[in-house]
Amino acid sequence: MSKQFPADQAPIPTGPVPPAHWAASYEEEPTQASTPPQANGMTALKPFGWAKDNLFNTPLNTVLTLACLALLWLVVPPAANWLLLKASWSGSSEACREAAGACWSVIVVKHRLIFFGTYPYDEQWRPFLACALFVAMLGASGVRAFWRPWLAVAWALTLVGMGVLMWGGVAGLSYVPNDRWGGLPITLMLSVFSIAIAFPLSILLALGRQSSLPAIRTFCVGFIETMRGVPLVSVLFMASVMFPLFLPEGVTVDKLLRALAGMTLFTAAYLAEAVRGGLQAIPKGQYEAADALGLSYWQKTVLIVLPQALRIVIPPIVNQFISAFKDTSLVTIVGLYDLLTAATVATTDPEWRPYFAEVYVFAGLMFWIFCFSMSRYSQWLERLANRYTRR
Amino acid sequence: MKSRLSALAIAATLSVSALALSGTAQAGATFDGVKQKGYVQCGVNLGLYGFSSPDDKGKWSGLDVDMCRAVAAAMFGDAEKVKYTPLSAQQRLPALQSGEIDILARNTTRTLTRDTANGLNFGPTNYFDGQGFMVSAKLGLKSAKQLNGATVCVLPGTTTEQNVSDYFRANKMTFKPVVIEKNEELNKAFFAGRCDALTSDASQLAAIRAAEVQNPNDYVILPELISKEPLSPAVRQGDEEWMNLVIWAFYAMVQAEEKGLTSENVDAAMTSPDPDVKRLLGVTAGNGKALGVEENWAFNIIKQVGNYAQSFERNVGTGSKLKMPRGQNALYTEGGMMYAPPMK
Repeated sequence: MSKQFPADQAPIPTGPVPPAHWAASYEEEPTQASTPPQANGMTALKPFGWAKDNLFNTPLNTVLTLACLALLWLVVPPAANWLLLKASWSGSSEACREAAGACWSVIVVKHRLIFFGTYPYDEQWRPFLACALFVAMLGASGVRAFWRPWLAVAWALTLVGMGVLMWGGVAGLSYVPNDRWGGLPITLMLSVFSIAIAFPLSILLALGRQSSLPAIRTFCVGFIETMRGVPLVSVLFMASVMFPLFLPEGVTVDKLLRALAGMTLFTAAYLAEAVRGGLQAIPKGQYEAADALGLSYWQKTVLIVLPQALRIVIPPIVNQFISAFKDTSLVTIVGLYDLLTAATVATTDPEWRPYFAEVYVFAGLMFWIFCFSMSRYSQWLERLANRYTRR
Repeated sequence: MKSRLSALAIAATLSVSALALSGTAQAGATFDGVKQKGYVQCGVNLGLYGFSSPDDKGKWSGLDVDMCRAVAAAMFGDAEKVKYTPLSAQQRLPALQSGEIDILARNTTRTLTRDTANGLNFGPTNYFDGQGFMVSAKLGLKSAKQLNGATVCVLPGTTTEQNVSDYFRANKMTFKPVVIEKNEELNKAFFAGRCDALTSDASQLAAIRAAEVQNPNDYVILPELISKEPLSPAVRQGDEEWMNLVIWAFYAMVQAEEKGLTSENVDAAMTSPDPDVKRLLGVTAGNGKALGVEENWAFNIIKQVGNYAQSFERNVGTGSKLKMPRGQNALYTEGGMMYAPPMK
C-alpha cells in the first residue's frame, strides 16, 4: 500500500466500460483505503463484505451466484459420496455389489494390468523403474539449473538404462521382446519420443516451406498438407497394416516402431504450421538487419529468427504436445497396448465389467496428471521466455 | 470411415493376391519359417474374455489362445513357444496376409467371401457361436421353441433384430420386441424383468450374465442358436503343410476328448491297447511323419493344453466365469457338432 487514494479520487477506468463483475475489484481498494481495518474484530466480517461486493452486487449476479450454489449442492455431495465416502476400496467384486459408491477395488485388482499390460508379471518392477526414471528425467530437464551440457549425457545414460530395463537380455535380466510391453511405458514412450523427434523435424519443415528453393518448398508443402489432410487413425492404419504388405514376405518392421514413425510424421506436420506462424510474426526488419550484418542463412536462422519465433509459439506448440500425448490412445487400432487399451482390456473381465466407469475415471486421471503438468510447465516457460519482453 | 477402411482392405487384398500368386512356388514357407524362428506368431483379440485376453498378471489365456498353444505343442513339443500379436478387427486379415502373424485365432467368423477373396484359408471351427436367447431360470424353459408370445429385449436396427423376427416367423410363433438403443440399458431392462428373453450372440449373453448376475444359475442360455457364427482359426493361403498342422492340431484335441484322454491320464494311456489311441499318441508311428513333426505331437498337445473339453470348460465353460453350456460345441456323440475325422 505505497499509494493511497482519497475516497473521492478513486482511479476512474478509462476506455471501454468494463463488465459488471470487474467493477467490484476497481472499487474494492479505495473502499478499504477509506476505512482502514479496525482492531476490534471487524476483519472477521471481511469475507461477507467481499461476497457482497463481488457475488451479490447486482440482481443478475445474485441470481447467478444462487444458481451456482444450487448446482454445487446438487453435484458435489453425490459426487463425493460416489467417489470417496461410500466407495469400496478393497475386497472382492461381491463387496462392490453391496457398496453404494464407486468400486475402487477394481483398480486394486487390475492396476498391474492397466499400468504394464502383458509385461511378464514377476518382472514388472523393470517397466516401473524405467517409467520412474523417465518421468524424473523429464522433470529434471524442465528445471533451469539443470540446463547444462551434462544433461545430454544424463539423458543418453537414462535412455540406455531404460532400454536395458525394458528389453533386458543383459546383466542377468531376462529378455522381454517389445511386443509384450504395454500400458504406461507405451503411452509415455510413444508420446515423448514422437514429440522429441517431431519438434526438430517440424522446424526444418517450417523453414523449408518458406525456402526460396522450389524443390524443397514443394516437398515441404506437399508433406505438410498431405499429413494434415488425413486423420491420424488413417496414418497409423497405413503404417501398421498397409506398409507391411509392400514389404517382401517375412520382412517385418517392428510394430511399435511403425506406430512411432506414423505419430512422429503426423505431429511434425502440425507442429510445422505452428512454427511457421512464429516465423511469419517476426518483423521483416529483423531478417533485413541480419542480412545487413552479413550473417549466413543458418546464422540468421539460428541466432536471430528462431529464438524469437519459438518464444512466440510456445502456447500452440504445447497445445500440440498435449494433443499428441492424448492421441497415443489411438494406437489401440493397431493393436498396441497403451494405457487406455490396457484399461479397456481390464474391463472385459466379466467379474469386474460392471465397474468400467471406475477404470475409465482412473485412466482419465492418469492422462490429466500428465497433460496438466505439461500445461503448467508451459506457463512457467512462457513467463521465463518473455521476461524481457512486454506483451 | 468404414467405407474408407474397406477400400483399404480391398487394396490390401489385391496386393496380397499378387503376392500370393508369386509365392505359390515356395510351398511350405510358413511351416519352415515357423520351425526356423522357433515360435508361433499368433494373432489374437486385444481382450475378449474366454477367447483371448491377458489375465490380472498379463498372461494370455482363452479358447483361441489354446488353439495357438496346441499348434506350438505339436510343432516344438512346447506349448509356451507362442508369441501373441493383439489385433484390432480392421487389422486382423491384413496382418495374416502380410506375414506378420502365422495363424489368426481371433474369434473370426468363417464366411465364403473371407475364405475366397482374402488370400487366406480357414481351419476347423473351434467354437460354434450364434445368436441365442437367455431367460430366467424361474420360467423353467428348455427350448427356444417354447418362447411363443414372449417379450424379447433386442437392440434395434441390427441383424440381431432381423434374425429374431425371422426365427419366430419360421416357427409360426409371435413375440413382442422391447427395443432399446443402448447395450447397458438393454441389459438393465432384461434383468429388471421387463422382458422374458434377451437375445444376442450366445458368448455375449454369457459374458453379460457373468457381469450382471450374482448367481449365474438364475439365468439360462437356451440351446438353440438362430444364426451361424462359426469362429475358426485362419492361415495364409499357399502353405498346405502349415494348414495341415493347424487343422490336425485341433482335431487331436477333439479326438482326445472322444477317447477320454486328458492331460492327467495321457501318460498312462501310452500303454492303451486301443489302436486309435496308439496311433493318436504316436505309439504306432505314421501320423507325425505325415505332418512333418515328431511322432509324439498329439501327446504333447494333450499333456500341455488338454483335450477340447478341458480347454472349453477352463476358458468358457463351467470352470470359468462365463459358465457357457457346451451346446453345439459338444461332441457329435453328445448332440453337438464337434467331430474329428479318423486320425490314421
